[in-house]
Order: sequence, then C-alpha cells, then structure tokens
Amino acid sequence: MKANGKVLKYEDNVDTDVIIPARYLNSFDAKELASHAMVDIDPTFVERLNPGDIMVAGKNFGCGSSREHAPLALKTAGVSCVIAKSFARIFYRNSINIGFPILECEEAANDIDEGNDVEIDFDSGKIYNKTKNKEYQAQPFPEFLQNMIQANGLVNYVNEKKRG
Amino acid sequence: MSMTMTQKILADHAGLKEVVAGQLIEAKLDVVMANDITGPMALPIFKQMADHVFDKDKVVLVPDHFTPNKDIKSAENSKAIREFSLNQCLTHHMEQGKCGVEHAILPERGIVVAGECIIGADSHTCTYGALGAFSTGVGTTDIATGMATGELWFKVPSAIKFVLKGKLQPYVSGKDVILHIIGQIGVDGALYKSMEFVGEGVQELSMDDRFTICNMAIEAGAKNGIFPVDEQTREYMDKHSKKTYKEYVADEDAVYDEVIEIDLSKIIPTVAFPHLPGNAHTMDEINNDEKVYIDQVVIGSCTNGRMSDLRKAAAILKGKQVAERVRVMVVPATQKIFVQCIQEGLAEIFVEAGCAFNTPSCGPCMGGHMGVMAKGEKCVSTTNRNFVGRMGDTEALIYLASPEVAAASAIAGYIADPRKVGE
Repeated sequence: MKANGKVLKYEDNVDTDVIIPARYLNSFDAKELASHAMVDIDPTFVERLNPGDIMVAGKNFGCGSSREHAPLALKTAGVSCVIAKSFARIFYRNSINIGFPILECEEAANDIDEGNDVEIDFDSGKIYNKTKNKEYQAQPFPEFLQNMIQANGLVNYVNEKKRG
Repeated sequence: MSMTMTQKILADHAGLKEVVAGQLIEAKLDVVMANDITGPMALPIFKQMADHVFDKDKVVLVPDHFTPNKDIKSAENSKAIREFSLNQCLTHHMEQGKCGVEHAILPERGIVVAGECIIGADSHTCTYGALGAFSTGVGTTDIATGMATGELWFKVPSAIKFVLKGKLQPYVSGKDVILHIIGQIGVDGALYKSMEFVGEGVQELSMDDRFTICNMAIEAGAKNGIFPVDEQTREYMDKHSKKTYKEYVADEDAVYDEVIEIDLSKIIPTVAFPHLPGNAHTMDEINNDEKVYIDQVVIGSCTNGRMSDLRKAAAILKGKQVAERVRVMVVPATQKIFVQCIQEGLAEIFVEAGCAFNTPSCGPCMGGHMGVMAKGEKCVSTTNRNFVGRMGDTEALIYLASPEVAAASAIAGYIADPRKVGE
C-alpha cells in the first residue's frame, strides 16, 4: 500500500478538540464530521486538502478526548496518512482500529515542510520526500498490529478470530 | 517477578504469569462503559460482531455529555443508547435524573472496584485507578469490541512512579497536585505509560483527591493512573459496592522508567493557563502578575464535581457574593451529590451567593451546553481541559483550577488565591 500527496504541516499537541470540535459531536456521520475537520486552528483545511494529502505534525498528535470521530473526520476528508513525532495513545489505537494509516517518524516530522510532495510505502515504512529528494524510515508496526491492519481493522480481526 | 501494579492486573486478566512493558496482550474486561457521544457511534459497529453484549452486568451506558438533551440530534443519540440499554436488559441502566457524570457515578454505584480491568469510551476513564483498578479510555471501535467480546488488546505499559510524601496545606487539594505534576512532566510526559502513585503521602489524600488526580493522568498522555489500595479505599468500596475486589501491590523490584518524588506539603494552589493543562502557574506567580479578570466560573465535572469539592467551594462562598461581572455554574456530578448539597445547605449557599446551581451533566466542560463561552471571554474552571475552542469560541480562554481557587476567583472577579480570602 502506498500514499502520495502534498503535506499540510502542524505543530506539537494537535488535540482532538481542534481536529473535530465537540460542538459537532452530536453527529457521527463521517461526511459531516469531515466537513468540520481542523476548523478551529485551520479554517481553510477542508478547502485546501486534496484527496491523498498527508499531514505532518510534532509530538503528541491527537491528544485529549477519546473521540474516534477525530481520525474518522481526517480519513473521510481525504487525508491518506498522518506522520508525527509521536501520537497520543487513544488516537493511535483508534486509527489502527478504523484502518487509518499513521506513522511515527521524528526525522520526517522535523525535515518535511508545508507543501512538500511526499510518497509513503506502508509495507516498508519508507517515507520519500520528492521535493527534497530525501528518504526517512518510520517505526514499523509490531506484527500483531500489522495483522489487524491487514484484516482491515479490529472488527474484521474479531470476526475472523470468531470464525476460527 | 518484577511487575508494576498495572502490569500485575493486566497479567492476571490476560491469563499470564508475567508480562513485560511493550508486550501486546489480549485481556478480559470487568467493566465496559460508553456515553451518549461515543455509545451511539459504537452500536452499528457492535452489531457487526454480536447480537448481545458479552455480559449484561458488565456493560454500562451513561447519558451525561449532551444531556439533558441539548438539541434534536443529541436527543436521538440518548434515545439510541437508552433503547439499547433497555433491550439488552443491562443491569446498570442509567437515565437522566437518576445518574450523573460517568466517572463519578460508576464508583458511587460500586460498579467499579479494585483489581479490575476497565475500559470506557471516554478518555477520563482513567479516573477509576483511584480505587486500585486498571482503567483506561478507548475509542468507539474498541468499546464496541469490548461490549461484544469482553476482551481487548493492550500494549503493556511501562510506568513512572510518583512517590508522595508529606501532607497538603490548607486550601490545596488533589487538583493542585495533578496540575503541578503535569506542569512538571508536560502534556506528553507520561505518554503510553502508567502513572503509579505510592508513598506515605497517599494516606493523606482523600478518595476524592485521588479520583481528581487519576482523572487527569490522561492530560499527561498516560494510559492510566493508579493508587494502591489502603484503609480509605476499602472503606469507600465497602460503603458503595457489593462486588468482591482484589488488591494488587507492585513487586518490590518492579522496574520504572522514572521515579519522581512529590512533597505534598510544598504544593501551592496551581492554575493551568490556556491552552494546555501543562501550562501550570503557581498562585505565588499569579499574585505577582497583573490580575486576570474573568467572566465565568465552572465548578463541577468528572474532575471536581464530587461532594468534598463542593463543600470546599461552598465554605469559601458562604455569606459572600459572586463578583458583579462574573457568572458561576455549579454542577454537582451525580444526583446523590446534588441532593446531599441540598441536605447540607450547600445549594442555598451557592444560590444566595449568586451561582447557577445546575443538574448533573458534563455541561460546559466540552462546550456542549449550560455555560458555553463567547469570543474573548475568560473562565476559571475546575474541569480538565483548556484546549482551543474546548468551551465554546476559539478565542475564549480557559484557566483550569481547584474548587478552592474557582470559588475565590468567583468572589474576586479575577483569578484569586483561596488562601487570602477573608484577608
């Protein structure tokens, strides 16, 4: 699996309250949530984002509330991957569980700039910055989680396990 | 063996003799909880896996976030979990007017006890660690899986040990302790880890203080916060619960990433300034700075809406008046606390001082309703998050503080030192 897109860059501690503000949580319609993604810190996010674009951020991305609405909003808006120095743990779980690709890579998060053209190979964890002609290696997922991602999320994993 | 308290609970629930940090395990769950925001979203996912919950005694759905229903969509969400709870014959059926905020009502009803492995589709589920349980917040797909199977995958966390010593000064409480700690280690200082609180200082902290401290473990990025079980914990559980519980103690040779000593006697009232819970300022620093004038005060929530919190706030507000330009929302966390406020005369103190005294709800904490903020307004709040837009407009400013600081500030009209009230 590969991703290809332009980069939108953010700072440390992007919290789930800004990814999808609580005032929109009376709905869990994915398209509606996506239409409000990032609105409180980046009001033009949805307009600027092209399908496949990649978010790059600092440490502790997705901190705060447990709302799965947050990775769902980003995924549905068309974000193909988030690369960050680190992720808050619930956001990390939620992303894996809904099959939304995320990668931890400090070097890439430091070096990649807003607007860079980036290609990601998820099987190898290699991140290629076409603009700067540079390559970075992300932390691979442990095998257990790779199996879950390959099963396309937790629900399928559970159902496959049940069937034996 | 050399396991932390958290690791021992997880090992037992995974049917393993020993686990190590970083290990991926599948553990059995004792309680699975969701609310009116995360529950409705979990139901269609649950239905892909099962027709019935794994155990009707162990699944709890709490309508507390946008309740009393703030709009039609919220009413539909409450309705969805209400019907599910009734159709599945859940033992602990929760309803507005009969329950309260999830993280206050579960311990109060004795649904959660020491030694258990608990998940909740709410990040502040880490609160129950105060009872000596492993308890953590998860998302919607996780909670749907927990409801269907009674099991979930976990990465075994490493831990930071906080050794507490000494005794808190007057007008200082659990909120100041946890704001001090997050200020020290940062909002990702315990990322993926357990925060284990030990030491002789533990016995000096009330159960309500411990709930407040564990509640905000997530604000340091932690997977869970946990206290050892002592006489106070046993007394609390004996009073509130009929469940059998199990006490765990960390092995003496357990390995910790870090050991941090906290002298409780040195902690002074602390306020987290916008826009991060780790942006801690001590009251001594604040007293030397220019006054921060405020528009609103919120006293309540899963962090600080318990009986001792409200008693402390009322003791400061008694016979006083809320400043003219300030509005105050007092929100008891459960119906039981609400009625106790009436019986003890606290409700009268709040109302006569000029506070709105509201029905139990998460209310203004996440900008839902009952105290949403306008552009440029400032609020001193006993809640747990001060992110951009958390309580309303993105240009509203939230200052997190204890009930004592909140009450003193309500009277002064600016962020004020509770130690100086009456001077």
